[in-house]
Amino acid sequence: MNWQSISKNVDGLRNRGTDLQKRIRGLRRRLTLLLAVVGPGLITSNVDNDAGGISVYTQAGAQYGYALLWSLIPMTIALYVTEEMCARMGVVTGKGLSDLIREEFGFRSTFFVMVTGFFVDLANVVAEFAGIAAAMQIFHVSKYISVPVAAVLVWVLVLRGTYRQVEVIFLAACVLYLSYVVSAIFAKPDWLEAARHTAIPSLHFNAGYLVMLTGLVGTTIAPWQFFYLQAGFVEKKVSVRQYPQARADVLIGSISCMVIVFFIIVCTAATLYASGQRNITDAAEAAKALVPLAGKWAGTLFAFGLLNASLFAASILPLSTAHVICEGLGFEAGIDNKFSEAPIFYWLYTILIAAGAGIVLLPNAPLWKILIFSQVGNGIWLPVVVIFILLLVNRRDLMGEYVNTLTFNIVAWVTAIAMIALTLVLTYTAIFPGSVPAPP
Amino acid sequence: MQLYATELMGAETYDDQGNFVGRVREFFIEPADQPNRVACFLLSRGRFQPLIARHDQVAIVGPGTMRLNCSERALALYQPNEGWLAVRKDLLDQQIIDTKGRKVVRVNDVDLTEIRSNGNVELRLTHVDVGLPGAVRRLLQGVVSPSMVRKLQRKLPQRTIRWEFVNLIEPDPLRRVKLRITHEKLEDLHPADLAEMMESLSPAERQGIIASLDEETAGSVLAELDQRLTTQIVEKMDPEKAADILEEMEPDAAADLLAELPKETSEELLDEMPGQEAEDVRELLAFDPSTAGGMMNTDFVFIGETATREEVLEWMRTQDLNFDQLDTVVLLDTAAQFSGIVTVAKLLLSAPEQELFGLKLEPLLSVRAGADESDVFELFDKYNLRTLTVVDEHQRPIGTIAVDDVVSRLVAK
Repeated sequence: MNWQSISKNVDGLRNRGTDLQKRIRGLRRRLTLLLAVVGPGLITSNVDNDAGGISVYTQAGAQYGYALLWSLIPMTIALYVTEEMCARMGVVTGKGLSDLIREEFGFRSTFFVMVTGFFVDLANVVAEFAGIAAAMQIFHVSKYISVPVAAVLVWVLVLRGTYRQVEVIFLAACVLYLSYVVSAIFAKPDWLEAARHTAIPSLHFNAGYLVMLTGLVGTTIAPWQFFYLQAGFVEKKVSVRQYPQARADVLIGSISCMVIVFFIIVCTAATLYASGQRNITDAAEAAKALVPLAGKWAGTLFAFGLLNASLFAASILPLSTAHVICEGLGFEAGIDNKFSEAPIFYWLYTILIAAGAGIVLLPNAPLWKILIFSQVGNGIWLPVVVIFILLLVNRRDLMGEYVNTLTFNIVAWVTAIAMIALTLVLTYTAIFPGSVPAPP
Repeated sequence: MQLYATELMGAETYDDQGNFVGRVREFFIEPADQPNRVACFLLSRGRFQPLIARHDQVAIVGPGTMRLNCSERALALYQPNEGWLAVRKDLLDQQIIDTKGRKVVRVNDVDLTEIRSNGNVELRLTHVDVGLPGAVRRLLQGVVSPSMVRKLQRKLPQRTIRWEFVNLIEPDPLRRVKLRITHEKLEDLHPADLAEMMESLSPAERQGIIASLDEETAGSVLAELDQRLTTQIVEKMDPEKAADILEEMEPDAAADLLAELPKETSEELLDEMPGQEAEDVRELLAFDPSTAGGMMNTDFVFIGETATREEVLEWMRTQDLNFDQLDTVVLLDTAAQFSGIVTVAKLLLSAPEQELFGLKLEPLLSVRAGADESDVFELFDKYNLRTLTVVDEHQRPIGTIAVDDVVSRLVAK
């Protein structure tokens, strides 16, 4: 080998080095740009995995094993498509969803959307506090201690914090969802089997299976999340130029949400389904049943995940609801205001938490009925909200060049109609539980 | 008598013979003609083309009904007009600026008052309703009878804004001209209030407001606004206009703003600015934002220490100085090095022949341009300063840091 070829090699290496450096620098720049925007999408999607959601995923895994895993991919798409429209509206118009509904559809429509929203969300808040109570009972803490403490904690967090601080805490809560991943690894599942079921759909036309499928969709896509997501981007003052980053945030959120669902289902499928304990009805019960099957840690982490999810959702739901109502009806809103500047906002927020926690503490609270009501309410409210979103996002005077393209519209309407149909089925079965045969 | 826009929407309209003509769907104000008079009503007639009833064609108007003083044939067909302010479309449910209460609010309803003149009635817009009564009317209109609605909302607390204090927000500049929307009223507000209101608007609306303010006000508002918004606004603005605004800003505020912009944009803007101003800003931009140099303002008054009070005041009178911010003057010795500062109050109270070096404020404090911002905060805290002089490596003063710069830095942390 002569000198020339060596020096050529060195040059080549050096070029590759600088090229790599340049690429790393570009990557770092893009990452900084993304980090400035990331938050609303990630938080919203993860909050979907709340107490009610985790119960449904647990049941899905316990009753049908890996058989429902394939539905996660279409669900990711549905979640992304609907959330992306809200993110786009938020960054393009700089207005919240309830603002836009008010400006384009008038006072009365807004009022009814807001009032329904209040009661549906209240039922959801009750469900979250019930989740906290159930999770803490596994750690041998009475609900008469855990629920009031949680309520005060949540209330103070928002009252004392700024938007930025609260967002950081919420993002940290997103990371804690990883406890389900660990829990699933402890359960020693058949990964190959899980992967196969994820990639290849297996449709069974028995009623119980279809209802469970519907339940998965219904709990994962909740109507209030669209308001929260859009408000998040508006409050962060994300501009149109940052739209690609906002879209990435929504995509990361949708995927990470579904990854967690995947691990919850895998965990319960590998343990409860495999050992024949298939009539598990909620997440706390599952956490207890996991201990003899996958070890103490798996159970503890599962319960911890439920606690984190419930606490997380219990702080976001009241906040989002109060925000949406005030925005739509023209009251001051936002946690960067002081109590005296936005009294109605803070009162709504307080009432939601106090009532939500209070109902759980009632000795003979009809929790079961409230859970059903929250599901039915979501089901009825969802079509209305999704149709509003689709009408708004297609308005050229609002969205300019950012209106839906034809392809996107087809995907969005198909998603919307499928979601609406599925949630209506869910609502029907929730009102008439006798119409569904018991699982095998 | 008082009427509400909600009561008029959907009103059944009859002509002078008592024949049904149509229902009121919308009514318009023609700001070019009269700022508060309802100029015409849009009457919809199902599948027929809608008609327009001019204000002088209306004989009687009341909740839910309207009567014309002419026949249906005298009415013109409706043609959209950009110069008309549509009450339902442009006002109801939209955000407006309450210039008196200094707030952005959403309109629930519009209050009208009738003025009768020979043979017709005119409606004048008096207030916009942003409170509960308006909300109740909107909710119940058409569900229960108008008299019932009136009875229900009477006991509720009123929240209305007089029409004179209402500032409409219209992002489209052409429409703004046609509707005669000026932002003169906004220019009287404090820039900090205006900045706070703008934060609750959409980007297009913010852009519209900044574009229509005079450069000086626009500059002060930009200086008060959230950094993220400032950059968004300036980037979208016509560079020439942006440079005009930057020119009106304090050099330190302008430098802070430019430092956040992409390199090419800030260079382009600096090139548009006149030489001296651009030079000042460029010098400031060279400093790291987290140092004393990055905090200072190069607009300051410096005077030779041997000057007398009388000479100084005489000289200051002839200068075009920004007196809002002036509370100290910096003294230079014969080598043009920093010698001390004198407060304006002390200057005013001293004898006419008093030389300035006798009035120096103790202790003699200054800070190097490269000093970290935390050192600056410490000095301000320790000595309760209001201004601090920044010097270069030759002890020559190059700028001053005022206490408000320190406060806004600390709040931003």
